[in-house]
Amino acid sequence: MRFFPLVWSNLWRKKARTIFTLLSIVIAFLLFGLLQGINTWMSTFGTASNANRLYVASRVSELQPIPSAYLGQILAVPGIRQSTYIAGFTGFYQEKRNTLVAFATDVKTFFDLYPEWRIAPEQLAAMSHTRAGAIVAAPLMRAFGWKIGDRLPLRTSVMKRDGSADWDFEIVGSYDVPTTPAEANRILVNYAYFDEARLLERGTAWAFVVAVDDPTRSAQICAAVDALFVNSASETVTQDEKAYVQGQLRQLGDVSLMANAIVAAVLFTLLFLTGNTMMQSVRERTPELAILKTVGFSDRSVTILVLIESVLLCVLAASLGLAAAAAVFPVTAALGMGGSGLPLKVVAFGLAMALVLALASGLPPAWRAQRLVIVEALAGR
Amino acid sequence: MTTALVSLKGIVKRYVRGKQRVQVLHGIDLEIHAGEFLALMGPSGSGKTTLLNLIGGIDRADEGDLLVAGQRINALSARQLAQWRARNVGFVFQFYNLMPLLTAEQNVELPLLMTNLTKAQRSANVKAALELVGLADRASHKPAELSGGQQQRVAIARALVADPTLLVCDEPTGDLDREMAEQILDLLQIVNREQRKTIIMVTHDPKAAERATRQLHLDKGRLPGSSLAA
Repeated sequence: MRFFPLVWSNLWRKKARTIFTLLSIVIAFLLFGLLQGINTWMSTFGTASNANRLYVASRVSELQPIPSAYLGQILAVPGIRQSTYIAGFTGFYQEKRNTLVAFATDVKTFFDLYPEWRIAPEQLAAMSHTRAGAIVAAPLMRAFGWKIGDRLPLRTSVMKRDGSADWDFEIVGSYDVPTTPAEANRILVNYAYFDEARLLERGTAWAFVVAVDDPTRSAQICAAVDALFVNSASETVTQDEKAYVQGQLRQLGDVSLMANAIVAAVLFTLLFLTGNTMMQSVRERTPELAILKTVGFSDRSVTILVLIESVLLCVLAASLGLAAAAAVFPVTAALGMGGSGLPLKVVAFGLAMALVLALASGLPPAWRAQRLVIVEALAGR
Repeated sequence: MTTALVSLKGIVKRYVRGKQRVQVLHGIDLEIHAGEFLALMGPSGSGKTTLLNLIGGIDRADEGDLLVAGQRINALSARQLAQWRARNVGFVFQFYNLMPLLTAEQNVELPLLMTNLTKAQRSANVKAALELVGLADRASHKPAELSGGQQQRVAIARALVADPTLLVCDEPTGDLDREMAEQILDLLQIVNREQRKTIIMVTHDPKAAERATRQLHLDKGRLPGSSLAA
C-alpha cells in the first residue's frame, strides 16, 4: 500500500492516454464477458441429456417441417411410451431486441416427457382450458416483470389466417428447469391453437419428442421409426437426445469458434496497445525512475513498480468490463441466447486473462526500467 | 587527526562514447572528513559530477578503492549499493529532480518507502524534514505549484529525511537566481553546522564555493591539490 500513491499517480500521468487505453480494455473485456458467457451457457446444453428421450426430425434438414400426423404411427411403435410434436416460432415482445422463442406443443404431454421441467399442477391444468394460454420460463417472467394473467402480445413472422402476424397469448403459468437453468428460456403454447390459427405449414411440426421404456433398445426403436417413413415425402431421422443436442451444438460450435477467435484477436491487439502505453509511460519518466534508484529503490523494486502499474491498469479495466458484461448479460436471456447471470468461471477466467495481459505488456517496459543506468538516465542519454 | 569519512585511492573512471573511450578521472586520491563541507570546482568536463556520482554510489569506478564510512562501496552488489545509498547518502541535483505528480510530502517520503518505518514514523520524519527547510505549510503542494527555490528546498528535505551520513549536491544553486541561491546555501550551511552532515557540493559558482569549509579544483580529471577555505 505504501507504493500506491506512486503507482497511481504514474498511471494518470497522461490522463487522456490512460482513459483511452482503459476504455479499450473495458470494451474488450465487455465483449469477452458476453461472448464467453454465451459460450459457457451453450456448453451446458445436453449435459443432463435423458437417455429415455428420442427426437424425430426431417432427414433433409431440421428446418424442414414434417407432418404432425406421424404422431399416431410413432406411438404405435413397440417400446415407445409417449410422444408429442413440437412446432414453434420466434417473435419479439414490444421491441425487436426482446426476441423470444415459443414452442407449440401438447403441453401436458410435453411436461410428461420432460419431468425435470418443473411447473405447478394447477398452472398446467389451466393451460388445458386456455387455448391461447402460454407457459413462460421463470427467468423470462422475472426479466420482463410479467405475472400470471398478463397478456403476452408477440410480433412474429408467422402469419395467422386473419392476415396478421401478431399473436396474443395469456400467461397462465411459468416453469423452471433446476437441473439445467440455461434451458429455461422458452415460451410454451398450445399446438392445437397455434396450428389452427396459422396460415401456412398447418399440420406440420419441427420434430417429435419420444419417450422410450427401455433406453438400451433406443437404436432399434430409432430404426423402426425411420423405417415407417422411408420413401415418403418426409423421411425422418431419429436419434437419442444426446446425439440430437450434440448435432445442434456442432452447428453452435462454429459460433463458439468464431467467438473465441474474435476474443483472441481483440486480446492480442490489446497486448500491443497496453504494451505501447506502458512503454511510452516508462520512456517519458526515465529520469524519475533514475531518481527512484538514486534514493535507494533497487532494480527489482523499480521493475515491480512498473509491473504493478500494468496490472492495476489491466485488472481495473478488465473488472469494469466484466462488471458491464455482468450487468448486460441478463439481456441475452431475454434474447433467448444466454443465461440470467454471467457465469463466475467466465469472470475468473477474464481476470486471469487480464493478469496475463498485464504481465505480458508490462514486462518489456519493466525490463527497460530494471536495466536503466542511473547516471545515463540523469544525463538524459 | 580524525578518520576520513570518505577515502578515495587511485580512482580511475572511463566512459565509452560511441567508438571513443574517454578517461574522465585519472587516479584521484582524496580524503573527506566527517562534518566537512567540501566544494568541488573546475571547468566543464573536468570530472566533478563523475567524482560526485562515484562518491554517492550511483556510478562505479573502473580502478581504485572507494571507502565511505569504512564501507568499500565498489565491492557492493547493485542491490547492496541501493540499500547503502538509501541509508547513507542524500542527493540534491541542479534541476531538483522531484516527481512532478507527487506532492512535496510524497516526494520527501520517497527514500523512506524502502525502509521498515511505519506510516506514522514516515509521516513524522517527513514533517520534521519539511519543517527544517521551512516548507511545512507547502506539504500538499505539487512541484509545479512551488517556486524553484522551494522545489530545491523540497529536494533538500528529501535528501535529509532518511538522516544520511553524507549529502552530495550537484550544482544545487545552478538553476536559481542569486537571492534564492543564497537561501539554499544558508540552508546547506545550517545542515552542515547544526545537523553535522558532511556535504560534498559540485559548483561552478565561486560565491557558492566560499560557503564551503574546503574547496577542491578538479582539472582534466586530476586533483592538483586542495585548499582550506578562509
